Amino acid sequence: MTKIATRTAYGQTLVKLGEENENIVVLDADLSKSTKTADFAKKFPERFINAGIAEANLIGMAAGLAAAGKTPFASTFAIFAAGRAFEQIRNSVAYPKMNVKIAATHSGITVGEDGGSHQSVEDVALMRSLPNMTVIVPADAIDTAGAIKAAAAYQGPVYIRLGRLDVPVILPEDYKFELGKAVVLREGWDAAVFANGMMLGMALEAAEILSKQGIEIAVVNVATVKPLDVETIVEVSKQAGAVVTAEEHSILGGLGGAVAEVLVENCPVPMERVGLKDTFGESGAPTALLEKYGLTSEAIVKTVQKVITRKK
Amino acid sequence: MTNQQLVNELAGHAKNMRRMIVKMLAESKSGHPGGSLSAVEILSTLYFSELQVDPKNPTWSERDRFVLSKGHAAPVLYAALAEKGFFPKEDTLTLRKLGSHLQGHPDMKKTPGVDMSTGSLGQGFSASVGMAIAAKMDKKTSRVYVLLGDGECQEGLVWEAAMAAGHYKLNNLTAFLDNNGLQIDGPCQEVMSVEPLDEKWRAFGWHVLKVDGHDLEGILQALADAKQVKDKPTMIIAKTIKGKGVSFMENQVGWHGNAPSQEQATQALAELE
Repeated sequence: MTKIATRTAYGQTLVKLGEENENIVVLDADLSKSTKTADFAKKFPERFINAGIAEANLIGMAAGLAAAGKTPFASTFAIFAAGRAFEQIRNSVAYPKMNVKIAATHSGITVGEDGGSHQSVEDVALMRSLPNMTVIVPADAIDTAGAIKAAAAYQGPVYIRLGRLDVPVILPEDYKFELGKAVVLREGWDAAVFANGMMLGMALEAAEILSKQGIEIAVVNVATVKPLDVETIVEVSKQAGAVVTAEEHSILGGLGGAVAEVLVENCPVPMERVGLKDTFGESGAPTALLEKYGLTSEAIVKTVQKVITRKK
Repeated sequence: MTNQQLVNELAGHAKNMRRMIVKMLAESKSGHPGGSLSAVEILSTLYFSELQVDPKNPTWSERDRFVLSKGHAAPVLYAALAEKGFFPKEDTLTLRKLGSHLQGHPDMKKTPGVDMSTGSLGQGFSASVGMAIAAKMDKKTSRVYVLLGDGECQEGLVWEAAMAAGHYKLNNLTAFLDNNGLQIDGPCQEVMSVEPLDEKWRAFGWHVLKVDGHDLEGILQALADAKQVKDKPTMIIAKTIKGKGVSFMENQVGWHGNAPSQEQATQALAELE
């Protein structure tokens, strides 16, 4: 199976968008080789702005460019975008509903060896709490290309969460990304797994394993965490009667938190969350970290088995 | 118009704006008079001599832009916009009230003529740098103006943005520094030394001018000079008096964020006849 990092798909899509739309400008904070905005910078140097190592100003300048009619994509690592520049995003982007796209790479623990200081496990929770903000966590290269195009076409602030690690391309070539839509990739009635980012591939693997045990689970790609596709989530949850969320993020406030909020108000069913259990990451190879922190298809299998025992 | 006629006209607008500031703050019973009154001459000169803006078409794409980075001085911006005709003057009496388009700090989504939502210090300045870059990209002749406070210069973001403006040689960006010397907790130099401001801005790649921030002729001259600079943004350090024009407010730290009572407003308006 082909493996491509979502950041790489972002860089490639950005170049295509740059060719189609002169209004698109790109900003980075000295990480363009890592965030892959360097591809755009090389092709369109006059539309690329390096902020230097200054993330607050990266976001502030992006807001100014948007105020002047541009469609800026601002990129850095998730920890510095959602973390360090949080209040710039709040007050200069979300509050005035600026047309700024924040494409944050190196999210989650698969940053790997750089360690816990650089592994953002709380960015979705932070961004999701902001009024006017759209939050997207694409699963693979196909999902990312669709998400970036949709973000560019949409008027308003968007946070797109991307990864460093090469991940399998799991979605079909003709997959249509639709902003705000959760997509059922596999039908099932024993439980439903809502997943996004790199955990979607693992959820599909888990479904295969469980199927051999006679357990059929639905797998839903919830790439858009905000606005959440409440209708699909409620419908699938009612059908399955038990729910597991899976994300490469803290179980607090991210996809797990978002789905829990919806279920508790609409159709309370047993639910479990796969994600980081209120902990920071650490240095290590990405696969070793995923194993240690329980972000694997095996972990999803076990969690599904557990949640099914709670069904009435 | 001769220069003297222009100065007289600007002085008239400045007086009207000061009266509006006092009235709106007495009515809202909260807000920031000191740093609004210190910037009156800067804004009256900008809005009535410098800025290419159209009150009937506030989002005109070719306009000059003004960002009030020290957003708490919203009353001086609202006074200037009302005086210029962006909205009726009586609107200013709705300041800070529920449903008003005049928020406690500037809100571009609500107020016609406000080019950037500000209030969190440093952020407006950062956005103004982005606006100036956008104008350069589009090869526009329009300019970007921004007003900072001296206390605001304690924000790290100010220097990130200053460095970027110098780096990108944004000669279409003119900044004013309302150097009234006071902030909430006391004199800036006691709270956190910001001086020497001129050397700091020069070191960040800016063309630096110093003026008396209440001298209309000096401000006009500085603005004209700024437009001659070819490869640098310009910072006009305007020495001002916080609370200028109202005797009991002048140079008083306590008038940073307290509105005048009706009696105090009456006295202030008598002084501003």
